[in-house]
Amino acid sequence: MKMRGFILNKLGQTVLIIFVVLVINFFLFRIMPGNPVRILIRNPKISAEALQRVTEQFGLDQSKFVQFGYYLRDLCLGDLGHSFVYRRPVLDVIMEKLPPTLLLTGTATVLSIILGILLGVIFAWKRGSKLDVAGLSLSLVLYSMPSFWVGILMVMLFAVYWKIFPLFGMSVPGTSFASIWGRLADLLKHMFLPTVTFTLILIGEYVLIMRNSLLEVMSEDYMLTAKAKGVSGRNLLRRHALPNAMLPMVTLIAMNLGFIVGGAIQVETVFSWPGLGRLMYTALMGRDYPLLQGIFLFVTVCVVGANFCADLLYRYLDPRVKT
Amino acid sequence: MLQIVNRKDRFILLKKNLASFWGIYRRNTMGIAGLVILVCFALMALIGPYFVTYTSAAEGIEKVLQPPSAEHWLGTDDLGRDVFAGVVIGSRISLVVGLAATVISMVIGAVIGIVSGYYGKTLDALLMRLTDIFLVIPWLPLMLVMAALLGPSLGNIILVIGITGWAGTARIIRSQTLSIKERPYVERARAIGSGDLHIMLHHILPNVFPLIFANTILVAAVAILSETTLSFLGMGDPTSISWGMMLHFAFEMGAVAFGAWWWLIPPGICVVLVVLGFTFIGYALDEVLNPKLRRR
Amino acid sequence: MALLEVNDLTTYYKLKEGTVKACEGVSLHVDKGEALGLVGESASGKTTVALSLMKLIPENASIIGGSIKLDGKELVTATEEEMQKIRWKEISIIFQGAMNALNPVHTVGDQIAEVLKIHEKLTDKEARQRTRDLFEKVEIDPDRVREYPHEFSGGMRQRAMIAMAIACNPKLVIGDEPTTALDVMVQAQVLQLLHHLRQEIDMGLILITHDLSVVGETCDKVAVMYAGRIVELGPTETVFTRPAHPYTRALLAAFPDIEGERTMASSIPGNPPNLLYPPPGCRFHERCSEVIPVCREEQPPTITINDQHYASCHLLSRRVKS
Repeated sequence: MKMRGFILNKLGQTVLIIFVVLVINFFLFRIMPGNPVRILIRNPKISAEALQRVTEQFGLDQSKFVQFGYYLRDLCLGDLGHSFVYRRPVLDVIMEKLPPTLLLTGTATVLSIILGILLGVIFAWKRGSKLDVAGLSLSLVLYSMPSFWVGILMVMLFAVYWKIFPLFGMSVPGTSFASIWGRLADLLKHMFLPTVTFTLILIGEYVLIMRNSLLEVMSEDYMLTAKAKGVSGRNLLRRHALPNAMLPMVTLIAMNLGFIVGGAIQVETVFSWPGLGRLMYTALMGRDYPLLQGIFLFVTVCVVGANFCADLLYRYLDPRVKT
Repeated sequence: MLQIVNRKDRFILLKKNLASFWGIYRRNTMGIAGLVILVCFALMALIGPYFVTYTSAAEGIEKVLQPPSAEHWLGTDDLGRDVFAGVVIGSRISLVVGLAATVISMVIGAVIGIVSGYYGKTLDALLMRLTDIFLVIPWLPLMLVMAALLGPSLGNIILVIGITGWAGTARIIRSQTLSIKERPYVERARAIGSGDLHIMLHHILPNVFPLIFANTILVAAVAILSETTLSFLGMGDPTSISWGMMLHFAFEMGAVAFGAWWWLIPPGICVVLVVLGFTFIGYALDEVLNPKLRRR
Repeated sequence: MALLEVNDLTTYYKLKEGTVKACEGVSLHVDKGEALGLVGESASGKTTVALSLMKLIPENASIIGGSIKLDGKELVTATEEEMQKIRWKEISIIFQGAMNALNPVHTVGDQIAEVLKIHEKLTDKEARQRTRDLFEKVEIDPDRVREYPHEFSGGMRQRAMIAMAIACNPKLVIGDEPTTALDVMVQAQVLQLLHHLRQEIDMGLILITHDLSVVGETCDKVAVMYAGRIVELGPTETVFTRPAHPYTRALLAAFPDIEGERTMASSIPGNPPNLLYPPPGCRFHERCSEVIPVCREEQPPTITINDQHYASCHLLSRRVKS
């Protein structure tokens, strides 16, 4: 019963946040300077008659409140508007670009979490050693780098200087492959650099938090109890230290979801990876407002939803959390 | 007690505090390293631009995209401009934008944090929900959308970074305010009929100030990174050169495929150094202000 | 035959500032089924002694010398693997303030079952049943085995800790301030429980506390520690009625007599010495009201008052000589 109350409470908060995001999204795009109709159709030489028609068509002559109602209605019908650049419904464009982004961000996120935990544990175990100091310094430097610049360095080193990996894209355009394996090999080759870049961007913070959290847990009384109980070294870490040390990691991973979206925009831009992040860059460059609005709404809702899941996970991992 | 302390005494007290603070801080290697880095960059931003010229080469194609030489220490860009001069001039915009945005963030964060913590109840609940929303919305897309809508200008970039980066600060300041609110001197001030504004300005603000200061350092690092990223993604003012703007032009002009490392690496290194400088100082302040951490 | 025999145990901590001589030349012994109280102010080295006995001292500490014999087996030279088998099976410990002594992310039952699985090689099911039995023994509703530490009250957590400590029927249990931070009623319950269980399974007990009344109620013998050294050791009654060391006398005077007339407790002037730089001679001389010149220079010898009662004081050695 307690659990149900907790879920309902969190769900309520999530819905509230999504509603506020909708409001922000709606008004943000309507407070921009200039006549919204002109921006919507992007033709400065439009006739007054056509202007009138479009205004009515989009309901722009109505009050903002009524317009917001229309906006919500359209959203419920899955209508995010029409892209200027692609001349197609925004939702279609987004759905088409989603799989490559999920592939890239998913792989990098999983890799960085696993490696981050592993390295954090090793550094904590060998704290004060040269390995620890070197690892910490590197994490700090990585953390201080602009994400896109890490990508530029990777491309320059591995694609331009050593020519080991392709410069950009997800596949070589116009090539056909004899088998599915050839296709897969080509994909992996294209995916390697962006994935490594993305992992490097994310991993620094994970290592730092994991290391410090583990060190803190190691000094807790219950670790001494566990040792007094005759628990052996490996179980001491696995059963007693890690479940506690992981808690800040879960929080960080949840908080980092927004950061991951930001990373995707930068990495995909640098590597011309045909995903949502690059789509957002294209929309920005082409001032494709409906597309921009749609992407912003989409990623925000995804992040808020994922945060909700993280809250539930945290509740499951830490029995002390109350609603 | 407080009333007896006059202005001069207060100044002496402050000087004493600063002296003892410096006494601990100077022994912190990281803190000193960060300070040295930032002082160097501050000097570069202040006086550097008067010593370099950053103009397109008139002579023609042979001056374009040249690797480093004695004449051009860091080579030239696609218009034959000296990259070193660009880095020096860019430092000014990068630092000014980063610091101005930080100030906006800190003011918003401090005001919301103090008001929320001091008044509590409904206002607190409302403001904290708002803070939650700003914490959970992915910051880069939000900044990009706002920057795109407002149009490319330095002022807009500062504004956009400033109003997206205050939420973490507000949270910290609020919890500190909550504990200060309960201290005897605040209750005494309330008992003798001091107004809310007076209490917030004279009793709470001075006590949360060290926290605001320590947080400013970390927010500044993020602000500098944000400026670089926004400019790189084309949201900067194309007429004022910052490090991010240089990287934007270099990327758009194909410097990566051309292998013009001298154009891509120096601005990035500058950003990393400045961010590291701030981070180092942040760590050092943390250690100085929280003696508990000093043992580790 | 002595269950535990500690001779000249010396444990130092290494800090940046220097060496902390937390425990020096500590000798004591506990017989089978006997209870020893280890009393002293905070930071007098009691916990260091306890952790040294189980070889659980932190990384920056080390046992410099002496011997710890449990049932005739030397522990100082035992390897970590050997210690893992001895811990809890033969010596267990109840830590102070059970709040943090229990892991917050596991149920209390699981934490008790864990020791049974490690040391008695029980299956999950057997361990669960035994845990329920142990809960009953310490008077907690067995259905609460599935709850987490934060759902227990302070007294219940302490009783759960005791249940865990006796799970493998150890020969010796160390209680490190097991009743501190509990209110008086609960404190009495816990002490009674400990006393009762000790008789039932015939285990030795070392009770570490700064509370003399706790010792008076539960212990056969008492050892008084000051600044890393044992200054007096003897049967509880003898020590309480005829204290031989000025520090013991001061401690007893500082403690209000419950049965007699309520007098103002006199506190001992001064502070315990910093163990980074312990004073030369007798470590208590700076605060001793009966100090004589030799106390400031020479370490007092341990004097046997009668075959069970020992104290280290120059005044005593004078008296013995004369």
